[in-house]
Amino acid sequence: MIELLSEVLVSALILVGAFFTLVGSLGLTRLRDFFARLHGPTKATTLGVGSLLLASLVFIALEGDGLRLHKVLIAIFLFLTAPVSAHLLAKAAICLKVGTGPAGEVPETFDATQSLEIPRDPVSTPPAT
Amino acid sequence: MKEQRPTLVVLEDAPDHPWRLRLFPQPITSIAVGLTWLLLVNSVHPAHLTLAALLGVIVPHFSSPFMPIAPQVRSWWALLSFAPIFLFDLVIANISVAILILRIGYVPRSRWITIPLDARDPFAITTLAAVISLTPGTVSSRLTEDRRFLLVHVLDCNSKELEVEKIKARYEAPIRRIFES
Repeated sequence: MIELLSEVLVSALILVGAFFTLVGSLGLTRLRDFFARLHGPTKATTLGVGSLLLASLVFIALEGDGLRLHKVLIAIFLFLTAPVSAHLLAKAAICLKVGTGPAGEVPETFDATQSLEIPRDPVSTPPAT
Repeated sequence: MKEQRPTLVVLEDAPDHPWRLRLFPQPITSIAVGLTWLLLVNSVHPAHLTLAALLGVIVPHFSSPFMPIAPQVRSWWALLSFAPIFLFDLVIANISVAILILRIGYVPRSRWITIPLDARDPFAITTLAAVISLTPGTVSSRLTEDRRFLLVHVLDCNSKELEVEKIKARYEAPIRRIFES
């Protein structure tokens, strides 16, 4: 009985992970502009990879091989690196003036030319809304 | 620039416990390195514990020149209570973005929103940006040079004001409690 339950649990976790990874990739083709497409990978790495790792953790624990906590490390490193790469991609795209789609122009405060010079007197300008 | 970041503790002028700081320039980094090693070898055998402790002492001495500001967690309780909120939002946001992508023919109303930051600690700002990016539907895209405004791309947004309000109340306030007193 417990065996059956654990198998159901593991399969459910794998299916959930696969589903969200699939939807994340679907988003890449379905969404129109660069910035909207950036949202796909962030979702695939969080819940998709997260539940796949959880499935593997549960599976190995139930097989009687003890807890294999390496997977926690995988999750931690993914969570640390994914936002950094997304941020850099977005920043590069702003500097290259990639089409922004329905979001419209990048607000003036964040204009691409801004980072090219180091401000001598950093005075914050209120954002144009 | 300096007076805008009063919460930073720069290693050189940390006054108290000089010997402790000399041995452990960045205590949190030491703990993180030790824990990472233990997770990597997946064992708490005394030999591995010793090695983890050694690495925790040695590695920060080499890594701290690259990261001159020591991360400081002011409230571990705030960190612990923020984790479930974040995980819950992660699941909810994942589901809502999945529905959005699967709705055929629906064009999401993407918007740029600008979040005026109250957080001054660089670790708080980094954590906030990472949390925003990890939650599906929002990607933090740019920070102004003076670290006062964060640009966020929202995949599907009804009201800019509500979105800003939500991020500030739900993420920024708890993160400030973690890193700033």
